[in-house]
Amino acid sequence: MIKDITFGQYYDSKSFIHKMDPRSKILLLILVTVFLFIAGNFYSQGLAAAFIIFVLIVTKVPIKMYLKNLKVILPIVIFTSLINMFYSGGGNEIFKFWIFTLTTEGIYKAIFMSLRIMLLILASAVLTYTTTPNDLTDAIESLLSPLKFVGLKNAVHTLAMMMTIALRFIPTLIEETEKIMNAQKARGADLESGNLLQRIKALVPILIPLLISSVMRAFQLAEAMECRCYNGGVGRVRMRKLRFSVRDFVALIISIFFSLSVILLNLL
Amino acid sequence: MDKIIELKNVKFEYNDTDTLKAVVDGFNLSIERGSFTVILGHNGSGKSTLAKLMNGLYKPSNGEVLVDGISTLDENSEIEIKRRVGMVFQNPDNQLIASIVEEDVAFGPENLGLSPDTIRARVDDALKAVDMYEFRRSTPHHLSGGQKQRVAISGIIAMEPECIVLDEPTAMLDPKGRAEIINTIVSLNREKGITIVLITHFMEEAELADRVIVLANGKIIDDGTPKGIFKNVETLKSVSLDVPQTTELLYALNIEGMPISTDVISVEETAELIYKELNGREV
Repeated sequence: MIKDITFGQYYDSKSFIHKMDPRSKILLLILVTVFLFIAGNFYSQGLAAAFIIFVLIVTKVPIKMYLKNLKVILPIVIFTSLINMFYSGGGNEIFKFWIFTLTTEGIYKAIFMSLRIMLLILASAVLTYTTTPNDLTDAIESLLSPLKFVGLKNAVHTLAMMMTIALRFIPTLIEETEKIMNAQKARGADLESGNLLQRIKALVPILIPLLISSVMRAFQLAEAMECRCYNGGVGRVRMRKLRFSVRDFVALIISIFFSLSVILLNLL
Repeated sequence: MDKIIELKNVKFEYNDTDTLKAVVDGFNLSIERGSFTVILGHNGSGKSTLAKLMNGLYKPSNGEVLVDGISTLDENSEIEIKRRVGMVFQNPDNQLIASIVEEDVAFGPENLGLSPDTIRARVDDALKAVDMYEFRRSTPHHLSGGQKQRVAISGIIAMEPECIVLDEPTAMLDPKGRAEIINTIVSLNREKGITIVLITHFMEEAELADRVIVLANGKIIDDGTPKGIFKNVETLKSVSLDVPQTTELLYALNIEGMPISTDVISVEETAELIYKELNGREV
Protein backbone atom coordinates (compact mmCIF):
# COMPACT_ATOMS: atom_id res chain seq x y z
CA MET A 1 0.00 0.00 0.00
CA ILE A 2 2.71 2.45 1.06
CA LYS A 3 4.57 1.51 -2.11
CA ASP A 4 1.96 3.26 -4.24
CA ILE A 5 3.29 6.63 -3.18
CA THR A 6 5.30 7.75 -6.13
CA PHE A 7 7.76 10.48 -5.53
CA GLY A 8 7.48 13.16 -8.11
CA GLN A 9 4.72 12.51 -10.57
CA TYR A 10 6.53 12.21 -13.84
CA TYR A 11 4.31 11.09 -16.71
CA ASP A 12 6.20 9.81 -19.72
CA SER A 13 4.96 11.08 -23.10
CA LYS A 14 7.62 12.43 -25.39
CA SER A 15 6.01 15.81 -25.97
CA PHE A 16 7.58 19.15 -26.92
CA ILE A 17 7.57 20.20 -23.29
CA HIS A 18 9.05 16.89 -22.07
CA LYS A 19 12.01 17.48 -24.34
CA MET A 20 12.64 21.02 -23.15
CA ASP A 21 15.61 21.76 -20.93
CA PRO A 22 14.47 21.41 -17.30
CA ARG A 23 16.14 24.72 -16.48
CA SER A 24 14.03 26.64 -18.95
CA LYS A 25 10.93 24.89 -17.61
CA ILE A 26 11.69 26.09 -14.09
CA LEU A 27 12.46 29.64 -15.25
CA LEU A 28 9.37 29.86 -17.44
CA LEU A 29 7.22 28.51 -14.60
CA ILE A 30 8.49 31.37 -12.43
CA LEU A 31 7.71 33.85 -15.23
CA VAL A 32 4.20 32.49 -15.77
CA THR A 33 3.53 32.48 -12.01
CA VAL A 34 4.52 36.14 -11.75
CA PHE A 35 2.23 37.07 -14.62
CA LEU A 36 -0.66 35.08 -13.13
CA PHE A 37 -0.43 37.51 -10.22
CA ILE A 38 -0.06 40.51 -12.52
CA ALA A 39 -3.18 39.51 -14.47
CA GLY A 40 -5.63 41.90 -12.80
CA ASN A 41 -8.91 41.65 -14.73
CA PHE A 42 -11.02 38.97 -16.33
CA TYR A 43 -9.63 39.62 -19.80
CA SER A 44 -6.01 39.05 -18.85
CA GLN A 45 -6.91 36.14 -16.63
CA GLY A 46 -8.97 34.64 -19.45
CA LEU A 47 -5.88 34.84 -21.62
CA ALA A 48 -3.79 33.21 -18.87
CA ALA A 49 -6.35 30.40 -18.60
CA ALA A 50 -6.31 29.91 -22.37
CA PHE A 51 -2.50 29.90 -22.38
CA ILE A 52 -2.25 27.32 -19.59
CA ILE A 53 -4.89 25.07 -21.15
CA PHE A 54 -2.92 25.28 -24.39
CA VAL A 55 0.25 24.19 -22.52
CA LEU A 56 -1.64 21.32 -20.83
CA ILE A 57 -2.72 20.04 -24.22
CA VAL A 58 0.81 20.31 -25.60
CA THR A 59 2.18 18.11 -22.76
CA LYS A 60 0.04 15.15 -23.94
CA VAL A 61 -0.52 14.23 -20.31
CA PRO A 62 -4.16 13.05 -19.85
CA ILE A 63 -6.38 15.89 -18.58
CA LYS A 64 -7.65 13.42 -15.95
CA MET A 65 -4.21 13.57 -14.31
CA TYR A 66 -4.41 17.35 -14.04
CA LEU A 67 -7.92 17.18 -12.62
CA LYS A 68 -6.57 14.90 -9.89
CA ASN A 69 -4.25 17.73 -8.89
CA LEU A 70 -7.15 20.18 -8.75
CA LYS A 71 -9.17 17.81 -6.59
CA VAL A 72 -6.45 17.86 -3.95
CA ILE A 73 -6.57 21.64 -3.58
CA LEU A 74 -10.40 21.86 -3.81
CA PRO A 75 -10.82 22.49 -0.05
CA ILE A 76 -8.40 25.42 -0.25
CA VAL A 77 -10.24 26.84 -3.28
CA ILE A 78 -13.61 26.58 -1.50
CA PHE A 79 -12.25 28.12 1.68
CA THR A 80 -10.68 31.07 -0.16
CA SER A 81 -13.85 31.59 -2.20
CA LEU A 82 -16.01 31.75 0.92
CA ILE A 83 -13.71 34.20 2.64
CA ASN A 84 -13.58 36.38 -0.47
CA MET A 85 -17.30 36.16 -1.05
CA PHE A 86 -18.34 37.45 2.35
CA TYR A 87 -15.51 39.72 3.37
CA SER A 88 -14.57 41.63 0.23
CA GLY A 89 -17.09 44.42 0.66
CA GLY A 90 -17.99 46.91 -2.07
CA GLY A 91 -20.39 46.36 -4.93
CA ASN A 92 -24.15 45.84 -4.63
CA GLU A 93 -25.45 44.04 -1.61
CA ILE A 94 -27.33 40.85 -2.57
CA PHE A 95 -28.30 39.62 0.87
CA LYS A 96 -27.31 39.99 4.47
CA PHE A 97 -27.41 37.36 7.23
CA TRP A 98 -25.97 37.96 10.73
CA ILE A 99 -22.31 38.96 10.10
CA PHE A 100 -22.28 37.68 6.49
CA THR A 101 -22.87 40.09 3.64
CA LEU A 102 -22.90 38.80 0.09
CA THR A 103 -22.03 41.39 -2.53
CA THR A 104 -21.55 41.29 -6.29
CA GLU A 105 -17.99 42.40 -5.73
CA GLY A 106 -17.54 39.41 -3.39
CA ILE A 107 -18.76 36.92 -5.96
CA TYR A 108 -16.55 38.50 -8.59
CA LYS A 109 -13.50 38.28 -6.30
CA ALA A 110 -14.27 34.71 -5.27
CA ILE A 111 -14.37 33.50 -8.85
CA PHE A 112 -11.26 35.50 -9.70
CA MET A 113 -9.20 34.15 -6.81
CA SER A 114 -10.28 30.51 -7.26
CA LEU A 115 -9.36 30.69 -10.90
CA ARG A 116 -5.95 32.11 -10.04
CA ILE A 117 -5.20 29.35 -7.51
CA MET A 118 -6.30 26.64 -9.95
CA LEU A 119 -4.16 28.06 -12.73
CA LEU A 120 -1.13 28.23 -10.43
CA ILE A 121 -1.55 24.57 -9.50
CA LEU A 122 -2.00 23.53 -13.14
CA ALA A 123 1.09 25.47 -14.22
CA SER A 124 3.29 23.84 -11.57
CA ALA A 125 1.80 20.42 -12.39
CA VAL A 126 3.12 20.88 -15.93
CA LEU A 127 6.66 21.03 -14.52
CA THR A 128 6.34 17.94 -12.33
CA TYR A 129 4.51 15.86 -14.92
CA THR A 130 7.00 16.55 -17.69
CA THR A 131 10.31 16.50 -15.77
CA THR A 132 11.97 13.52 -14.07
CA PRO A 133 13.13 14.10 -10.48
CA ASN A 134 16.72 13.62 -11.67
CA ASP A 135 16.35 16.32 -14.29
CA LEU A 136 14.87 18.62 -11.67
CA THR A 137 17.86 18.03 -9.37
CA ASP A 138 20.32 18.70 -12.19
CA ALA A 139 18.42 21.83 -13.20
CA ILE A 140 18.38 23.18 -9.65
CA GLU A 141 22.11 22.50 -9.33
CA SER A 142 22.76 24.29 -12.59
CA LEU A 143 20.49 27.25 -11.80
CA LEU A 144 22.03 27.73 -8.36
CA SER A 145 25.58 27.45 -9.66
CA PRO A 146 26.13 31.25 -9.72
CA LEU A 147 26.11 31.02 -5.90
CA LYS A 148 29.61 29.56 -6.25
CA PHE A 149 30.87 33.05 -6.87
CA VAL A 150 29.55 34.40 -3.59
CA GLY A 151 31.45 31.99 -1.39
CA LEU A 152 28.93 29.14 -1.39
CA LYS A 153 31.17 26.97 -3.54
CA ASN A 154 30.39 23.68 -1.85
CA ALA A 155 26.82 24.40 -0.80
CA VAL A 156 25.33 23.98 -4.28
CA HIS A 157 27.06 20.67 -4.94
CA THR A 158 26.19 19.38 -1.46
CA LEU A 159 22.53 20.33 -1.89
CA ALA A 160 22.34 18.57 -5.26
CA MET A 161 24.07 15.46 -3.89
CA MET A 162 21.67 15.40 -0.95
CA MET A 163 18.69 15.62 -3.28
CA THR A 164 20.07 12.84 -5.49
CA ILE A 165 20.63 10.52 -2.54
CA ALA A 166 17.26 11.38 -0.99
CA LEU A 167 15.49 10.54 -4.26
CA ARG A 168 17.43 7.29 -4.53
CA PHE A 169 16.62 6.20 -0.97
CA ILE A 170 12.93 7.09 -0.72
CA PRO A 171 11.76 3.75 -2.19
CA THR A 172 14.38 1.83 -0.18
CA LEU A 173 13.26 3.42 3.07
CA ILE A 174 9.59 2.84 2.26
CA GLU A 175 10.38 -0.83 1.70
CA GLU A 176 12.27 -0.94 4.98
CA THR A 177 9.38 0.69 6.86
CA GLU A 178 7.03 -1.95 5.52
CA LYS A 179 9.38 -4.72 6.62
CA ILE A 180 9.71 -3.30 10.12
CA MET A 181 5.93 -2.80 10.38
CA ASN A 182 5.36 -6.42 9.42
CA ALA A 183 8.04 -7.59 11.82
CA GLN A 184 6.43 -5.64 14.68
CA LYS A 185 2.97 -6.88 13.71
CA ALA A 186 4.29 -10.43 13.79
CA ARG A 187 5.42 -9.70 17.34
CA GLY A 188 1.88 -8.65 18.21
CA ALA A 189 2.18 -4.88 17.80
CA ASP A 190 -1.17 -3.19 17.31
CA LEU A 191 -0.80 -0.30 14.88
CA GLU A 192 -4.37 0.29 13.78
CA SER A 193 -6.59 0.60 16.84
CA GLY A 194 -6.74 2.96 19.79
CA ASN A 195 -6.98 6.73 20.01
CA LEU A 196 -4.58 9.14 18.37
CA LEU A 197 -2.12 9.17 21.27
CA GLN A 198 -1.99 5.36 21.42
CA ARG A 199 -1.40 5.16 17.70
CA ILE A 200 1.42 7.67 17.85
CA LYS A 201 2.96 5.63 20.67
CA ALA A 202 2.63 2.48 18.56
CA LEU A 203 4.81 4.15 15.92
CA VAL A 204 7.82 4.40 18.23
CA PRO A 205 8.88 0.73 17.82
CA ILE A 206 8.81 1.35 14.06
CA LEU A 207 10.65 4.65 13.97
CA ILE A 208 13.54 3.61 16.22
CA PRO A 209 14.67 0.58 14.17
CA LEU A 210 14.15 2.65 11.02
CA LEU A 211 16.35 5.43 12.37
CA ILE A 212 19.09 3.02 13.45
CA SER A 213 19.14 1.19 10.14
CA SER A 214 19.19 4.50 8.22
CA VAL A 215 22.24 5.65 10.15
CA MET A 216 23.98 2.34 9.42
CA ARG A 217 23.03 2.64 5.77
CA ALA A 218 24.48 6.14 5.72
CA PHE A 219 27.83 4.86 7.03
CA GLN A 220 27.97 2.09 4.45
CA LEU A 221 26.96 4.45 1.67
CA ALA A 222 29.70 6.87 2.71
CA GLU A 223 32.27 4.08 2.49
CA ALA A 224 30.97 3.00 -0.89
CA MET A 225 31.15 6.60 -2.15
CA GLU A 226 34.69 6.91 -0.85
CA CYS A 227 35.61 3.70 -2.69
CA ARG A 228 34.34 5.33 -5.86
CA CYS A 229 36.77 8.20 -5.49
CA TYR A 230 34.22 10.72 -4.18
CA ASN A 231 35.95 13.61 -2.47
CA GLY A 232 33.22 16.16 -1.99
CA GLY A 233 32.73 17.02 -5.62
CA VAL A 234 36.13 18.58 -6.28
CA GLY A 235 36.98 18.20 -9.97
CA ARG A 236 33.76 16.30 -10.64
CA VAL A 237 32.53 16.24 -14.24
CA ARG A 238 28.96 15.24 -15.12
CA MET A 239 28.33 12.66 -17.83
CA ARG A 240 25.10 14.31 -18.88
CA LYS A 241 25.22 17.99 -19.75
CA LEU A 242 22.02 20.01 -19.85
CA ARG A 243 21.68 21.82 -23.18
CA PHE A 244 19.34 24.56 -24.34
CA SER A 245 17.89 23.93 -27.78
CA VAL A 246 15.67 25.71 -30.32
CA ARG A 247 12.71 24.32 -28.39
CA ASP A 248 13.62 26.36 -25.33
CA PHE A 249 13.97 29.48 -27.46
CA VAL A 250 10.52 28.94 -29.02
CA ALA A 251 8.99 28.41 -25.57
CA LEU A 252 10.66 31.59 -24.34
CA ILE A 253 9.28 33.65 -27.24
CA ILE A 254 5.76 32.30 -26.66
CA SER A 255 6.00 33.02 -22.94
CA ILE A 256 7.23 36.57 -23.49
CA PHE A 257 4.39 37.14 -25.96
CA PHE A 258 1.96 35.85 -23.30
CA SER A 259 3.45 38.16 -20.64
CA LEU A 260 3.18 41.25 -22.85
CA SER A 261 -0.42 40.38 -23.73
CA VAL A 262 -1.28 40.11 -20.04
CA ILE A 263 0.09 43.61 -19.48
CA LEU A 264 -1.87 44.98 -22.46
CA LEU A 265 -5.13 43.31 -21.45
CA ASN A 266 -4.70 44.61 -17.90
CA LEU A 267 -5.14 48.12 -19.33
CA LEU A 268 -8.63 47.34 -20.64
CA MET B 1 54.02 -12.15 -11.88
CA ASP B 2 54.29 -8.97 -9.86
CA LYS B 3 52.22 -8.10 -6.84
CA ILE B 4 49.29 -5.69 -6.90
CA ILE B 5 48.59 -5.72 -3.16
CA GLU B 6 51.11 -6.40 -0.43
CA LEU B 7 50.42 -6.49 3.30
CA LYS B 8 53.58 -6.34 5.34
CA ASN B 9 53.48 -7.18 9.03
CA VAL B 10 50.09 -5.48 9.32
CA LYS B 11 48.41 -4.89 12.63
CA PHE B 12 44.93 -3.41 12.88
CA GLU B 13 43.33 -2.44 16.16
CA TYR B 14 39.94 -1.02 16.97
CA ASN B 15 38.41 0.48 20.07
CA ASP B 16 36.01 -1.87 21.77
CA THR B 17 34.64 -0.28 24.95
CA ASP B 18 37.91 1.45 25.76
CA THR B 19 40.16 -1.54 25.24
CA LEU B 20 42.16 -1.91 22.06
CA LYS B 21 41.45 -5.14 20.28
CA ALA B 22 43.62 -6.36 17.45
CA VAL B 23 41.70 -7.87 14.56
CA VAL B 24 44.79 -8.77 12.59
CA ASP B 25 48.32 -8.82 13.93
CA GLY B 26 51.61 -9.43 12.19
CA PHE B 27 49.75 -10.19 8.98
CA ASN B 28 51.66 -10.84 5.76
CA LEU B 29 49.98 -11.44 2.43
CA SER B 30 50.51 -10.55 -1.19
CA ILE B 31 48.10 -10.75 -4.11
CA GLU B 32 49.50 -11.45 -7.57
CA ARG B 33 48.40 -9.25 -10.45
CA GLY B 34 45.76 -10.93 -12.59
CA SER B 35 45.01 -13.68 -10.08
CA PHE B 36 41.69 -14.81 -8.63
CA THR B 37 42.02 -15.21 -4.88
CA VAL B 38 39.28 -16.29 -2.51
CA ILE B 39 39.55 -15.48 1.16
CA LEU B 40 37.43 -17.84 3.23
CA GLY B 41 36.52 -17.20 6.79
CA HIS B 42 33.71 -17.44 9.25
CA ASN B 43 32.06 -14.44 10.96
CA GLY B 44 34.55 -12.61 13.11
CA SER B 45 37.57 -14.06 11.35
CA GLY B 46 38.67 -10.55 10.37
CA LYS B 47 37.92 -10.94 6.68
CA SER B 48 35.98 -7.68 6.22
CA THR B 49 38.69 -5.76 8.05
CA LEU B 50 41.24 -7.33 5.75
CA ALA B 51 39.21 -6.19 2.73
CA LYS B 52 39.03 -2.62 3.97
CA LEU B 53 42.77 -2.59 4.67
CA MET B 54 43.41 -3.48 1.04
CA ASN B 55 42.16 -0.20 -0.44
CA GLY B 56 42.94 2.16 2.40
CA LEU B 57 39.45 2.46 3.90
CA TYR B 58 41.13 1.26 7.07
CA LYS B 59 44.72 2.22 7.81
CA PRO B 60 47.02 -0.29 9.53
CA SER B 61 48.07 0.68 13.05
CA ASN B 62 51.39 -1.05 12.46
CA GLY B 63 53.18 -2.29 9.37
CA GLU B 64 52.07 -1.18 5.89
CA VAL B 65 49.80 -2.03 3.00
CA LEU B 66 51.18 -1.40 -0.48
CA VAL B 67 48.92 -1.06 -3.50
CA ASP B 68 50.98 -1.10 -6.68
CA GLY B 69 53.91 -0.01 -4.52
CA ILE B 70 52.05 2.96 -2.95
CA SER B 71 51.46 2.84 0.81
CA THR B 72 47.86 3.34 1.90
CA LEU B 73 49.23 5.59 4.65
CA ASP B 74 50.23 8.15 2.01
CA GLU B 75 47.46 10.75 2.29
CA ASN B 76 48.09 12.28 -1.12
CA SER B 77 47.50 9.00 -2.91
CA GLU B 78 44.09 8.08 -1.49
CA ILE B 79 42.29 8.62 -4.78
CA GLU B 80 45.05 6.86 -6.73
CA ILE B 81 44.74 3.79 -4.48
CA LYS B 82 40.94 3.63 -4.66
CA ARG B 83 41.18 4.03 -8.40
CA ARG B 84 43.41 0.94 -8.56
CA VAL B 85 41.56 -1.20 -6.05
CA GLY B 86 37.77 -1.02 -6.32
CA MET B 87 35.53 -2.46 -3.68
CA VAL B 88 32.11 -4.08 -3.77
CA PHE B 89 30.17 -4.59 -0.54
CA GLN B 90 27.57 -6.98 0.77
CA ASN B 91 24.42 -4.91 0.49
CA PRO B 92 23.80 -3.63 -3.05
CA ASP B 93 21.20 -1.14 -1.76
CA ASN B 94 23.78 0.75 0.25
CA GLN B 95 26.21 1.19 -2.64
CA LEU B 96 24.01 2.69 -5.33
CA ILE B 97 23.89 6.47 -5.31
CA ALA B 98 21.75 7.59 -8.22
CA SER B 99 18.20 6.57 -9.03
CA ILE B 100 19.00 5.66 -12.65
CA VAL B 101 21.33 2.73 -13.38
CA GLU B 102 23.60 4.45 -15.90
CA GLU B 103 23.91 7.58 -13.79
CA ASP B 104 24.97 5.44 -10.87
CA VAL B 105 27.62 3.67 -12.93
CA ALA B 106 28.81 7.10 -14.08
CA PHE B 107 29.36 8.24 -10.49
CA GLY B 108 32.92 6.88 -10.19
CA PRO B 109 34.23 8.16 -13.55
CA GLU B 110 32.52 11.53 -12.90
CA ASN B 111 34.50 11.85 -9.66
CA LEU B 112 37.69 11.12 -11.59
CA GLY B 113 37.01 14.19 -13.70
CA LEU B 114 37.10 12.44 -17.09
CA SER B 115 35.54 14.04 -20.16
CA PRO B 116 31.79 13.43 -20.65
CA ASP B 117 32.44 11.37 -23.81
CA THR B 118 34.95 9.12 -22.05
CA ILE B 119 32.54 8.68 -19.15
CA ARG B 120 29.74 7.73 -21.55
CA ALA B 121 31.96 5.14 -23.27
CA ARG B 122 33.15 3.66 -19.98
CA VAL B 123 29.62 3.45 -18.59
CA ASP B 124 28.39 1.60 -21.68
CA ASP B 125 31.34 -0.82 -21.59
CA ALA B 126 30.99 -1.43 -17.86
CA LEU B 127 27.27 -2.14 -18.18
CA LYS B 128 27.89 -4.53 -21.08
CA ALA B 129 30.60 -6.32 -19.07
CA VAL B 130 28.06 -7.27 -16.39
CA ASP B 131 25.28 -7.84 -18.93
CA MET B 132 23.08 -5.03 -17.61
CA TYR B 133 23.20 -2.70 -20.63
CA GLU B 134 19.54 -3.13 -21.46
CA PHE B 135 18.63 -1.94 -17.95
CA ARG B 136 20.63 1.29 -18.21
CA ARG B 137 17.59 3.57 -17.87
CA SER B 138 15.93 1.54 -15.08
CA THR B 139 15.56 2.49 -11.44
CA PRO B 140 17.64 0.32 -9.07
CA HIS B 141 14.69 -0.49 -6.81
CA HIS B 142 12.92 -2.21 -9.69
CA LEU B 143 15.83 -4.65 -10.12
CA SER B 144 16.48 -7.96 -8.35
CA GLY B 145 19.23 -8.29 -5.75
CA GLY B 146 21.58 -9.99 -8.20
CA GLN B 147 20.95 -7.32 -10.83
CA LYS B 148 21.56 -4.52 -8.31
CA GLN B 149 24.82 -6.15 -7.24
CA ARG B 150 25.85 -6.40 -10.91
CA VAL B 151 25.18 -2.66 -11.27
CA ALA B 152 27.36 -2.07 -8.19
CA ILE B 153 30.15 -4.13 -9.77
CA SER B 154 29.71 -2.24 -13.03
CA GLY B 155 30.07 1.06 -11.12
CA ILE B 156 33.49 -0.16 -9.99
CA ILE B 157 34.52 -1.50 -13.43
CA ALA B 158 33.75 1.92 -14.95
CA MET B 159 36.68 3.31 -12.96
CA GLU B 160 38.86 0.70 -14.71
CA PRO B 161 40.56 -0.62 -11.58
CA GLU B 162 43.36 -3.18 -11.71
CA CYS B 163 41.90 -5.10 -8.83
CA ILE B 164 38.42 -5.55 -7.38
CA VAL B 165 37.95 -6.61 -3.77
CA LEU B 166 34.49 -8.07 -3.16
CA ASP B 167 33.40 -8.32 0.46
CA GLU B 168 30.76 -11.06 0.62
CA PRO B 169 28.97 -9.80 -2.49
CA THR B 170 26.59 -12.77 -2.53
CA ALA B 171 25.66 -12.94 1.15
CA MET B 172 22.32 -11.19 0.68
CA LEU B 173 21.34 -12.83 -2.60
CA ASP B 174 19.26 -15.85 -3.54
CA PRO B 175 20.96 -18.82 -5.29
CA LYS B 176 20.16 -17.40 -8.75
CA GLY B 177 21.64 -14.01 -7.86
CA ARG B 178 24.70 -15.71 -6.40
CA ALA B 179 25.31 -17.66 -9.57
CA GLU B 180 24.97 -14.43 -11.63
CA ILE B 181 27.57 -12.66 -9.50
CA ILE B 182 30.06 -15.54 -9.50
CA ASN B 183 29.80 -15.87 -13.30
CA THR B 184 30.34 -12.13 -13.66
CA ILE B 185 33.38 -12.19 -11.37
CA VAL B 186 34.93 -15.15 -13.16
CA SER B 187 34.48 -13.58 -16.60
CA LEU B 188 35.98 -10.27 -15.39
CA ASN B 189 39.03 -12.16 -14.25
CA ARG B 190 39.39 -14.43 -17.28
CA GLU B 191 38.40 -11.98 -20.02
CA LYS B 192 39.44 -8.56 -18.72
CA GLY B 193 42.36 -9.75 -16.64
CA ILE B 194 41.18 -7.87 -13.56
CA THR B 195 42.70 -9.14 -10.31
CA ILE B 196 39.92 -10.46 -8.09
CA VAL B 197 39.92 -10.84 -4.32
CA LEU B 198 36.66 -12.47 -3.29
CA ILE B 199 35.87 -12.63 0.39
CA THR B 200 33.19 -15.11 1.31
CA HIS B 201 32.06 -17.82 3.66
CA PHE B 202 30.52 -19.92 0.88
CA MET B 203 32.81 -22.83 0.08
CA GLU B 204 31.46 -23.54 -3.36
CA GLU B 205 32.47 -20.03 -4.49
CA ALA B 206 36.09 -20.95 -3.82
CA GLU B 207 36.12 -23.77 -6.37
CA LEU B 208 36.89 -21.52 -9.33
CA ALA B 209 39.71 -19.58 -7.70
CA ASP B 210 43.44 -19.85 -8.42
CA ARG B 211 44.23 -19.55 -4.77
CA VAL B 212 42.27 -19.96 -1.55
CA ILE B 213 43.26 -18.43 1.76
CA VAL B 214 41.54 -19.65 4.91
CA LEU B 215 41.30 -17.09 7.66
CA ALA B 216 40.48 -17.62 11.35
CA ASN B 217 40.91 -15.18 14.22
CA GLY B 218 42.87 -12.78 12.03
CA LYS B 219 45.42 -15.38 10.98
CA ILE B 220 46.01 -17.33 7.79
CA ILE B 221 45.54 -20.97 8.70
CA ASP B 222 45.73 -22.39 5.20
CA ASP B 223 46.78 -21.13 1.79
CA GLY B 224 46.79 -23.03 -1.50
CA THR B 225 44.78 -24.19 -4.49
CA PRO B 226 41.08 -25.03 -3.95
CA LYS B 227 41.73 -28.76 -4.30
CA GLY B 228 44.65 -28.61 -1.88
CA ILE B 229 42.64 -26.67 0.66
CA PHE B 230 39.56 -28.82 0.59
CA LYS B 231 41.62 -31.92 1.26
CA ASN B 232 42.27 -30.67 4.77
CA VAL B 233 38.75 -31.37 5.94
CA GLU B 234 39.71 -31.38 9.61
CA THR B 235 41.33 -27.93 9.45
CA LEU B 236 38.32 -26.41 7.76
CA LYS B 237 35.89 -27.97 10.20
CA SER B 238 37.96 -26.71 13.13
CA VAL B 239 37.23 -23.11 12.02
CA SER B 240 33.53 -23.88 11.42
CA LEU B 241 33.77 -23.82 7.64
CA ASP B 242 32.07 -26.46 5.58
CA VAL B 243 33.80 -28.33 2.82
CA PRO B 244 31.91 -28.99 -0.42
CA GLN B 245 29.55 -31.93 -0.15
CA THR B 246 31.63 -33.98 -2.60
CA THR B 247 34.80 -33.58 -0.53
CA GLU B 248 32.81 -34.41 2.57
CA LEU B 249 31.63 -37.66 0.94
CA LEU B 250 35.11 -38.67 -0.20
CA TYR B 251 36.47 -37.88 3.23
CA ALA B 252 33.80 -40.03 4.89
CA LEU B 253 34.59 -42.89 2.49
CA ASN B 254 38.25 -42.65 3.44
CA ILE B 255 37.44 -42.89 7.13
CA GLU B 256 35.31 -45.94 6.41
CA GLY B 257 38.30 -47.59 4.83
CA MET B 258 38.02 -46.85 1.13
CA PRO B 259 41.40 -45.46 0.02
CA ILE B 260 40.23 -42.77 -2.39
CA SER B 261 41.76 -39.45 -3.42
CA THR B 262 39.98 -36.39 -1.96
CA ASP B 263 41.35 -33.77 -4.32
CA VAL B 264 38.41 -33.43 -6.73
CA ILE B 265 35.57 -30.99 -6.26
CA SER B 266 32.97 -31.24 -9.04
CA VAL B 267 30.13 -33.71 -8.77
CA GLU B 268 31.00 -35.37 -12.12
CA GLU B 269 34.65 -35.96 -11.20
CA THR B 270 33.67 -37.37 -7.82
CA ALA B 271 31.12 -39.73 -9.34
CA GLU B 272 33.69 -40.96 -11.84
CA LEU B 273 36.29 -41.48 -9.14
CA ILE B 274 33.93 -43.50 -6.95
CA TYR B 275 32.76 -45.49 -9.95
CA LYS B 276 36.33 -46.36 -10.90
CA GLU B 277 37.19 -47.27 -7.35
CA LEU B 278 34.18 -49.60 -7.03
CA ASN B 279 34.82 -51.21 -10.43
CA GLY B 280 38.48 -51.70 -9.62
CA ARG B 281 37.57 -53.68 -6.56
CA GLU B 282 35.27 -56.11 -8.27
CA VAL B 283 37.84 -57.02 -10.92
